[in-house]
Amino acid sequence: MSVRTLRIDGRDVASADGATVLEAARDAGVAIPTLCHLEGLSPVAACRLCLVEIEGSGKLQPACITPVSEGLVVHTATPRLREIRRTVIELLFTEGNHVCAVCVANGHCELQDRAVEVGMDHARLPYRFPDRPVDLSHPRFGLDHNRCILCSRCVRVCDEVEGAHVWDVAWRGEHCRIIAGLDQPWGTVDACTDCGKCVMVCPTGALFHKGDSEGEKHEDPSRLAALQRARHSRQEAP
Amino acid sequence: MSGLRCCASAGCLARGSGALMGALETAISRGQLGDQIQLRPVGCLGPCSQGPLLALDPDGDLYAGVDPQDAETLVAALARRLHQSSDQATPLEWAPARGERLDLRAPFFQRQRRIVLEHCGLIDPTDLEQAIAVGAYGQLERVLQGWSPEQVVTELQRSGLRGRGGAGYPTGLKWATVARMPGARKVVVCNADEGDPGAFMDRAVLEGDPHRVLEGMVIAAYAVGADHGFIYIRAEYELAIERLRLAIEQAVDRGRLGAALFGTGFGFTLELRVGAGAYVCGEETALIASIEGKRGTPRPRPPYPAELGVGGRPTLINNVETFANVAPILREGADWFAAIGTAGSSGTKVFSLTGHVRRGGLVEVPMGTSLATVVLDMGEGSPHGSAVKAVQTGGPSGGCVPADRLDTPLDYESLQALGTIMGSGGMVVLDQSTDMVALAAYFMAFCREESCGKCVPCRAGTVQLHGLLKKILAGQASQADLDQLETLGAMVMDTSLCGLGQSAPKPMLSTLRYFRGDYLARLEAP
Amino acid sequence: MSQLAKQPKLRLATVWLAGCSGCHMSFLDLDEWLIELAPRIEMVFSPIASDTKTYPEDVDVALVEGGVGNSDNLALIHQVRQRTRLLVSFGDCAITANVPGLRNPLAGPAAVLDRSYLELADGSAQWPHAPGLVPELLERVLPVHELVPVDLFLPGCPPPAERIRAVLDALLRGEQPLMEGPEMIRFG
Repeated sequence: MSVRTLRIDGRDVASADGATVLEAARDAGVAIPTLCHLEGLSPVAACRLCLVEIEGSGKLQPACITPVSEGLVVHTATPRLREIRRTVIELLFTEGNHVCAVCVANGHCELQDRAVEVGMDHARLPYRFPDRPVDLSHPRFGLDHNRCILCSRCVRVCDEVEGAHVWDVAWRGEHCRIIAGLDQPWGTVDACTDCGKCVMVCPTGALFHKGDSEGEKHEDPSRLAALQRARHSRQEAP
Repeated sequence: MSGLRCCASAGCLARGSGALMGALETAISRGQLGDQIQLRPVGCLGPCSQGPLLALDPDGDLYAGVDPQDAETLVAALARRLHQSSDQATPLEWAPARGERLDLRAPFFQRQRRIVLEHCGLIDPTDLEQAIAVGAYGQLERVLQGWSPEQVVTELQRSGLRGRGGAGYPTGLKWATVARMPGARKVVVCNADEGDPGAFMDRAVLEGDPHRVLEGMVIAAYAVGADHGFIYIRAEYELAIERLRLAIEQAVDRGRLGAALFGTGFGFTLELRVGAGAYVCGEETALIASIEGKRGTPRPRPPYPAELGVGGRPTLINNVETFANVAPILREGADWFAAIGTAGSSGTKVFSLTGHVRRGGLVEVPMGTSLATVVLDMGEGSPHGSAVKAVQTGGPSGGCVPADRLDTPLDYESLQALGTIMGSGGMVVLDQSTDMVALAAYFMAFCREESCGKCVPCRAGTVQLHGLLKKILAGQASQADLDQLETLGAMVMDTSLCGLGQSAPKPMLSTLRYFRGDYLARLEAP
Repeated sequence: MSQLAKQPKLRLATVWLAGCSGCHMSFLDLDEWLIELAPRIEMVFSPIASDTKTYPEDVDVALVEGGVGNSDNLALIHQVRQRTRLLVSFGDCAITANVPGLRNPLAGPAAVLDRSYLELADGSAQWPHAPGLVPELLERVLPVHELVPVDLFLPGCPPPAERIRAVLDALLRGEQPLMEGPEMIRFG
């Protein structure tokens, strides 16, 4: 395995060839905020929170998919990037109906955490208050579209890890919505194995266990990586 | 022998050329003149806004707005002339009751240089024999029988042809990149998902001369080493789809598509893929996903389609007009093509001239022609005594050129310097009555609706930007709102995943650059 | 004499718009610190600490709880803005519309009025309607800063007492409170 040396925020960082800038930064203790990214799922570079400045590149690059290369000079927390991240979070908060006070994920929500990190004490953009439904047709789980940020982690985990592909995104633009099956009530989709991985990886309270009340959803999406490592090692050495 | 060519493209059909052709056919058969007067449906004849258009051979006259009721007298006049004299130079003694004979000395015609459209309007697009008679597939045959793929790529590179879909990437370089990729099963894709409001260049080419595009694709396939191709076309283009389907069938039947072409070992098969109406599928990675049967959303590049395209195979994607330039370049030579246009932008460009312009339609001019020439001379300026305020190019990804900059030459770099783009060739003329804020809001609404929704800045940012523009239009906005509009616009441009979001704020920022007064006039008094 | 030598007291107001009064309860959770606070401020307007019904002139700091949900809220917030130097959006309802704003996606107040006063009525089902007495609901509950400029945002549902104290402490020292980090700006 060859090593690449790059510079992240003024620090020399050595990283394995093939790693992403995000991985290299995290190994070096540099925190780059993410939302759609989750170790163990294919990257989609959709939330744009992890955009970084790379010297010599005119465009901002998503750290989650940009491979490290020798001599790369990366800036992860310039004032410009901080402003962009706050705007991304504000766009998400104003796009849906995120009422932390009554949310199952209150206190354990990645969106809520990101808001603190980017310094969002209020949204400078107007709230849109969209009318969105809630799907409670599944016997064990619920889906509240009001809290969905369309990160597509549920879509990917169900497709790539569980292999059931219950979820997908339908429609486009502001009308995008996570759908189960062919836009059916979740509880009627036979393909669903009730495994709950979608609930586990959901960064907000959009997917939740029925019966959880305010602040009671305590999921740890990073468990997915551990699960996959366990699976992998069992396949390697049964 | 006399010939009547009647435009059978979508524009003229909508203006009644179907009825006109029917009336002419009836008149010809009633006079039993079928073998003396040849009536031929053809592709676009140019000044679409004056359709239905009818051309007369051998005179070369062009009539506009002819009513079906005039068919009888026209056929009678033609019969008289045929009867009276064998001298076809005798001017035809006929004038339509409605409509007019157009003056072909007008700049609209004189300033054109037709390369892409050279056979558009001459041949019946549904008749392969007519296409072959004017040279269709001739260059393919020549290339297959004597050229190496490298020679073709080199010739394209030397010609200086740049992508006509909007970005202007050097075509030869793109071909060379795909040619270098490993693998024997590469793919060639023609992007016919023309979706900019006011743009109909590709539609006209496909409706008027489909075999030219097919020939360009097969030559490209030979050059890059592809054996299969797709034409991705929007579902709204029903007539173009119909003509393409027919053209593909004909080409297969005549051995111009399929295995062992012209007795060589090279073969190429072609499929038509009809889009479902999403503008974003014109973006190449979304287009590939759509061809693969997936949801049409873009993905980050790299990897570029040249490395990882349809089905994971190296893929060459070019626009309709780019492919349509291939045969003439090979026929006349790269030097000939490079000498047309400007040093950085060679050849011609087809524009669809629309909006507040007296003479709208399809024009093909050498690159470097000034906007003033196209809009003021060829298009004859704005109607009803109004002056041109601006010209919008590049659709929702482009911007406005103000009237005092119309001396700008039409080439990729000059337009970029003005904050707009060449785009695929839509050119919308705006007169003094145009509210630039409303125009910006229109384009923002378009992008808002066409955003695929994958990345946050485009999905949610365009909605907020549109909201701010509506607030300004309603006279309820403050200077702070205007500041926010500009800040958020820059953010959406810098952070969106694909070209749609990255350029969605451009029409707005461009109108802010040149027509800030239109915005300020609508702000609330502080 | 000693009275004159003192700094002028901070003229503080607390305002209750469309909210549950939880932010005010959290203010009361300041407990003993309230006793320290008392001599340093003059409470000029407050639903929990003053009988004044008219918002006074010349207020230094106003903590505004709640979104703007009815015609009274709307009139009051403009008055507060005009008469206050430093307007603080106090809690999530003032900043995001929060729980009162849950009715916003329903497109107008009719749906909530129907549910509350007709469908769930024990008897004499009717919408409350007394112009001039019962304030009319607005189409939407809006965050305060969407209607008037706000100088400081103090999030939380409710903001914990320590957060309120940190803000007031800084203001009393004449400093701008540093609103960052999970202790200071977490929603919910």
